[in-house]
Amino acid sequence: MKELDELLLPDDVRYAEDHEWISERAPYRVGVSDFAQDQLGDLTFVELPDVDKVLAQGDEFGTLESTKSVSSLYLPIAGRVTAVNEAVQDDPGRVNGDPYGDGWLIEIEPANPADVSGLMDVEAYKKHLEETN
Amino acid sequence: MSESSGKKIADQVGASGLALNEKLLWERGRPGRSGMSIPDAGVPETPLPAEIAGNGPNWPDLSELEVVRHYTRLSTWNFGVDTGVYPLGSCTMKYNPKINEKMASLPGFAGAHPLLPDDACQGALRVLHEMERLLADIVGLAAASLQPAAGAHGELCGMLMIAAHHRHAGAKKTKILMPDTAHGTNPATAAMCGYREVKVPIGVGGKLELAAVRELMDAETAGIMVTNPNTLGVFESELADISALIHERGGLVYADGANLNAIMGRVDMGKMGVDVVHFNLHKSMSTPHGGGGPGSGPVAVGEALVPYLPGPRIQFDGERYFLSDAQPLSIGRLHGFHGQFGTALRAYSYILSLGPEIRTASGLAVLNANYIRAKLKGHYDLPYDQSCMHECVFTDAKQKKFKVATLDIVKRLIDLGFHPPTVYFPLVVSGALMIEPTETEAKEDLDAFADAMIRIAREAEENPDILHAAPTRTKVGRLDETLAARKPVLTGDMTRD
Repeated sequence: MKELDELLLPDDVRYAEDHEWISERAPYRVGVSDFAQDQLGDLTFVELPDVDKVLAQGDEFGTLESTKSVSSLYLPIAGRVTAVNEAVQDDPGRVNGDPYGDGWLIEIEPANPADVSGLMDVEAYKKHLEETN
Repeated sequence: MSESSGKKIADQVGASGLALNEKLLWERGRPGRSGMSIPDAGVPETPLPAEIAGNGPNWPDLSELEVVRHYTRLSTWNFGVDTGVYPLGSCTMKYNPKINEKMASLPGFAGAHPLLPDDACQGALRVLHEMERLLADIVGLAAASLQPAAGAHGELCGMLMIAAHHRHAGAKKTKILMPDTAHGTNPATAAMCGYREVKVPIGVGGKLELAAVRELMDAETAGIMVTNPNTLGVFESELADISALIHERGGLVYADGANLNAIMGRVDMGKMGVDVVHFNLHKSMSTPHGGGGPGSGPVAVGEALVPYLPGPRIQFDGERYFLSDAQPLSIGRLHGFHGQFGTALRAYSYILSLGPEIRTASGLAVLNANYIRAKLKGHYDLPYDQSCMHECVFTDAKQKKFKVATLDIVKRLIDLGFHPPTVYFPLVVSGALMIEPTETEAKEDLDAFADAMIRIAREAEENPDILHAAPTRTKVGRLDETLAARKPVLTGDMTRD
């Protein structure tokens, strides 16, 4: 597994405590961080919500299953699902290979776009990882 | 460093012999070959009606010897508890005494037809009736049912009874509590009964705390599902107080009996406030496990749930045993005929073989786990450093700096002749290595296993590549588990050309 300083942590997304990321501006894509995919190991199954589903902040929006475990996905901010990445459902390895690019999970229309700036930036997320690991 | 951990690899338990290759059944045989020839019976051949006739699946044509060799060769690639130490945590892979098989093969039992009328199978009914009594006595509860076919089915049975009890009382319940150390089947069972899972975070010592339960238990909560000892191998010592609180607030207590091997005949579940507990006969009661078992997951209940037990129930009127449907509140039938009779019979044989000594079996299971815990403590990280029950949980935290993970450690164990422990469970422990030796391992075998683990800890430091490449001494090397999960191939080619 990767050391903290080996993790890929881009500075143009915001992070949630449960290791999801969301784009800073539209289109608002949501995925999991390099830390999350590295902890889970090779993914074998991705379950995502239906388009148009309306979710509150912290609601479960799907599950990631790896050879080690199953993890729930939690939405960092409230919003409506506008797209899901069908390619990761056919090839879950994309989440491991490119968690911020090809491995994105869903796109949402935030209930309140300003909620994004309330999430952690990369420096705060690094600190969160250091404190919890 | 222990002396034997410096042994040459050729001196370890795992030695290499001649392993025979074997093709798939579909790649063996020849068209027209068969296991037996059926003599001409003088009956004219009649084709199937057109609406059900078709090409059929592509079964291979094989002789009897081809089939026997196929499965015999495959069996030599296998590793079972009859082969060596199999410390798969949470699974209780204890030895299955051969006397159980002898009892199950007695012709009166083995030949009994499931449709026999009660009067023609009094012996079999007596075994089932007495077995229910024995199980209820072992945990200190009022009655039992042998119907559930496996552990998760027993859970479902227990929770269906709790739901039926609340419905009968007219109480609306929507949620159920469970600690975050719960087995994955617990939330699934709750969902099947219409309850939403509410996770109770465990306390610092790895166990449930009364205060945390008090905060979450409300009028809409059906009760709690709790495994004791829990999946960290820790005894839930606050359970009696927690149960009292649950009852006071209108809930019931389901105990997951997955870890019963630590407490058989030692803990009175009734006094602990448990309303229903399930058993895994294929774990605690030494019946075959894995490879199809079949399993068996009986439940025992306290007085409150007796009316809801699955039916028909086996009754005894002082002279004869009979099946009775006279329970209006029963949740109904959960299994055809008499349940997993052969499994119940093997477990009955086990319980009668041990008698009151069944408590000693639990005592030795706990002693063995603590022995392993103490021997490996300096070499592997122990997240909950306290005496354990029947299993102990280590992690790969000490090996991480050498880029060695739990999976590498356990794959190397295979090279040394041991079955790996359970890995990456419980989920609350990162990189978990969960070791359950069971009571049936002798001290020499425990020492050999511990030495192998210590050797691996040293290899992780000195030559981690051996671990990354492991296993190298098996017939096939490290399997691609990801590919197997993503693109499973489960049959031969069943389609006809």
